[in-house]
Amino acid sequence: MEFKTLTQQRSALDTGQISAVELTQYYLDRIKQQDDTINSFITVTESHALAQAKAADAVIAANKQGPLTGIPLAQKDIFCTQGIKTTCGSKMLDNFLPPYDATVVKKLDAAGMVMLGKTNMDEFAMGSSNETSYYGAVKNPWDHSCVPGGSSGGAAACIAAGFTPVATGSDTGGSIRQPAALCGITGIKPTYGLVSRYGMIAFASSLDQAGPMAHTAQDCAHVLAAMCGYDNNDSTSLNRTCDDVTSSLDSDIKGLKVGLPKPFFDDALNPLIAACLDEVKATLEKLGATCVDVDLPNMHLSVPAYYIVAPAEASSNLSRYDGVRFGYRCENPKSLDDLYCRTRAEGFGAEVKRRIIVGTYALSAGFYEAYYRKARRIRTLISNDFTRVFEQVDVLLGPTTPTTAFKLGEKTQDPVSMYLNDIYTIAVNLAGLPALSAPAGFISGMPVGLQLIGPAFSEAKLLNVAHRYQQVTDHHLQSPNQ
Amino acid sequence: MELQEVEQLAKLARLKIDQDHAEQLRTECSKIVALASQLASVDTEGVPAMAHPHEVSQPLRPDEVTESSCKDALMALAPAQEEGLFLVPKVIEEA
Amino acid sequence: MSWQVVIGLEIHVQLNTQSKLFSGSSTRYGGEPNTQADWIDCALPGTLPKLNQAVIPKAIKFGLATNSRINQYCEFARKNYFYPDLPKGYQTSQLDKPIVEDGFIRFCVDDANEKKVRIERAHLEEDAGKSLHEDFHGMSGIDLNRAGTPLIEIVTAPDIRSAKEAVACLKTIHTLVRYLDISDANMQEGSFRCDVNVSVMPSDSDTFGTRCEIKNLNSFKFVEEAIAVETERQIDLLESGHTIAQETRLYSPERKETKAMRSKADAHDYRYFVCPDLLPIIVSDEEIATLKAALPELPRAKRQRFVKDFALTDYDAQRLTETKPLADFFEDVVKASKANAKLVANWILGTLMSAANDENLDAYATPISAERLGLLLTRIEDNTLSGKIAKTVFAKMWESELSADEIIEQEGLKQITDTSAIEAIIDDIIKANPAQVEQYRSGKDKIFGFFVGQVMKATKGQAAPAQVNQLLKAKLSTS
Repeated sequence: MEFKTLTQQRSALDTGQISAVELTQYYLDRIKQQDDTINSFITVTESHALAQAKAADAVIAANKQGPLTGIPLAQKDIFCTQGIKTTCGSKMLDNFLPPYDATVVKKLDAAGMVMLGKTNMDEFAMGSSNETSYYGAVKNPWDHSCVPGGSSGGAAACIAAGFTPVATGSDTGGSIRQPAALCGITGIKPTYGLVSRYGMIAFASSLDQAGPMAHTAQDCAHVLAAMCGYDNNDSTSLNRTCDDVTSSLDSDIKGLKVGLPKPFFDDALNPLIAACLDEVKATLEKLGATCVDVDLPNMHLSVPAYYIVAPAEASSNLSRYDGVRFGYRCENPKSLDDLYCRTRAEGFGAEVKRRIIVGTYALSAGFYEAYYRKARRIRTLISNDFTRVFEQVDVLLGPTTPTTAFKLGEKTQDPVSMYLNDIYTIAVNLAGLPALSAPAGFISGMPVGLQLIGPAFSEAKLLNVAHRYQQVTDHHLQSPNQ
Repeated sequence: MELQEVEQLAKLARLKIDQDHAEQLRTECSKIVALASQLASVDTEGVPAMAHPHEVSQPLRPDEVTESSCKDALMALAPAQEEGLFLVPKVIEEA
Repeated sequence: MSWQVVIGLEIHVQLNTQSKLFSGSSTRYGGEPNTQADWIDCALPGTLPKLNQAVIPKAIKFGLATNSRINQYCEFARKNYFYPDLPKGYQTSQLDKPIVEDGFIRFCVDDANEKKVRIERAHLEEDAGKSLHEDFHGMSGIDLNRAGTPLIEIVTAPDIRSAKEAVACLKTIHTLVRYLDISDANMQEGSFRCDVNVSVMPSDSDTFGTRCEIKNLNSFKFVEEAIAVETERQIDLLESGHTIAQETRLYSPERKETKAMRSKADAHDYRYFVCPDLLPIIVSDEEIATLKAALPELPRAKRQRFVKDFALTDYDAQRLTETKPLADFFEDVVKASKANAKLVANWILGTLMSAANDENLDAYATPISAERLGLLLTRIEDNTLSGKIAKTVFAKMWESELSADEIIEQEGLKQITDTSAIEAIIDDIIKANPAQVEQYRSGKDKIFGFFVGQVMKATKGQAAPAQVNQLLKAKLSTS
């Protein structure tokens, strides 16, 4: 594809080099030809996409386009789309046709984007490899024997595979950043509350946050600008005007103070990834930043705290899947209990059940104080660590993942080893902060991600730093061999 | 975590667990709980428990009826329905 | 051995909002099934709650009227359990920080002595839907119209010591929530429902026994009956050497007994935790001050004022203040009439109320306005009408739009107060009934009524009764 990024496509559309319909058709064809292997889409919405593209062409012809008019997009299948199957990667919702659009979907529709389809994901966003999906694993476009990461694995893979320039994701413990890192793309998890959660199927309500994924930080900025904003349908949505994340992309980063948190560079980190990050550090310094070591003393508690808070909230959020009002229902229930127990046993996969059991345990009488309340106190400690460190530095730099993409099936037998894949990403969700992952190089042909973390509402700064970095590097422009 | 405990939790969470998988589930959940047990040794005396990332208060909606009947759309989604009602196996509330 | 019953109440009061606690669906009663349930009420994936602003001042008003503390930082929690009328699989409620805590109410039971019952808490929560048990091929039908209707659950301390006190306490709260205009409190429609916790202990003990909860009592009568039969059941068990199991029971009015509900396998581990979809509610000092200033005169104060200012009995004052519109009606009639307040009270609680009941109307909302009733009572006061004729006039007023004066004029019902006219009639009667006169004079006082009847018959009831009595006595004793 001649025009790989959203930014390139914008100018091609505006100058008439290509029409939105042609652009859409190009991607639909690629998906048709190649997604059998990658499995990044659960649903491809061809006619819907072509209709939207046609409408976008009319807007462009009238010279009334915005920055996103006619740009193709893949929506994670966690976002409700009116009349279009929304499964959340689960058998439970295999037949679910939402009667409404998620706010994110509404906003991106209104911005003139063209939805190509709904992407594969770990079931109810619970997973770090996209192997828990009812619709089968997604393959990493860089190596089909490897995972793309998760839970937004389909979104990351379809961008890396060249099926779409842009996708949406959601991030509860790293679900945007980890697959972005493993697939060699850019993705940002915004500050909690910046993007509405209405219509985004809940996993852990106090952690879930939607964000954009794309090849470049610049592309992410344009999509984020359209996604964020107060929504009175979501009580946790923040009532504040969105910072302008696009106009400061090119700002100089001279004098930027970058913190290197000790716990990000510990023994768990693959030394080759550490080497990639040394280069990132050198590049940022060349651009005028200064790097200092900082500490986040409670960082090591983030995974255990997360695996109490997230399952606890999930166990409650997933109680509505009971076979009564929508979704899967078991055959011939003999009693009310039988209806509940079999519907949920048959409709949910193994990972979801594990988390429901753990979450039920953490909230149950006798364990609540020791686990759930304790974990919420730890959240405060972790959040305070960040507050303290951001008094000294502007952003934090670290790896996104401890290793590059692992093999399909490698960690499915041991859930805890799977969870430890998120050691660098989870703390950010517990504190509600923004963080992005961007390509930082390759190890044996597999992408490596760098992670930038900022204080609340610092999306513009994070995207600015990543954009400046991408102006002088080309990791983000690499594509897997076809 | 004991097997009996897992079975009790599954009952609470309305998940039917077949005997073949109960032990596996027990092992996996025990590992996760063991991971979380690291928290026990941390001194959190006097640390407030965080419920939300931001210190903001609940927004309010005016008391207005904004929705009209969507019964037909609801019934179209329902796995079992009749005469505008969702059907479930008989609910026994009597003694 | 004598026993003491100990009772606590949990009262579910639907708040009278237009829309639901967390959605814009209507809370109207009696709609076609599932026509007032939106995506939020049905807990479709991705939906989130949106808090109705009207519920907070309503809950605060209840707190202020019960001398309670208003928690200015309060949170919603999820109470997790599975039931088909509970679409989310949890009820959004309040646990650690309810909006209202630690208050009390005072009320009279039989005499003027006041009883005080503590209010432990009143918290906001959402109502559940309804399971309809008509047979759908062995299935139950679920209607979610009621799901998400805002409630306050009021929990009293176990301060109540008899079924009568329980009913009086319940009636007091019922009256109060209607005064505050926070609920319709319509028991037939279920907008005011009561669970009762009952235990017994030996009269000389101060250690409470094991309690049972009797659920879903929807009339004062059932509350009284259920407590009585449950108390008896518990005493029988204890006296025959058994123990009481803590359990939830249902009362059957037909069989006059309580029965244990099928015990649930999960033994109620509700796994409460702070709802992550909702943020804390912050109530300002100003908001509380504004609501406090706007509180209406409360039933107890009104009752006391009626006794003091109008010289009513406690009983009459209690009845007249049962609802605010009735109390207002009473005061309007007093204002519109020259009659004394006692007469007004008697008429409202007697003639008017029984006529209203016959037509299923409230006494304050009949064809007889305060103005019209006031004039009628003025005519009793100024002796234009006897009480008996006034009732005839009242009946004609009910059927027409005419005033008391118009009817008196039209029908010639003016009371005869002319002494000589009455005396002439009495003379005739004495002449015509010598035997009865003889009996009276020989000491048979009872026959006096016969003479009154004869005078009234002769005057078509229009002679002023007091005058008739006086003149008759004089005539019968002198001649």
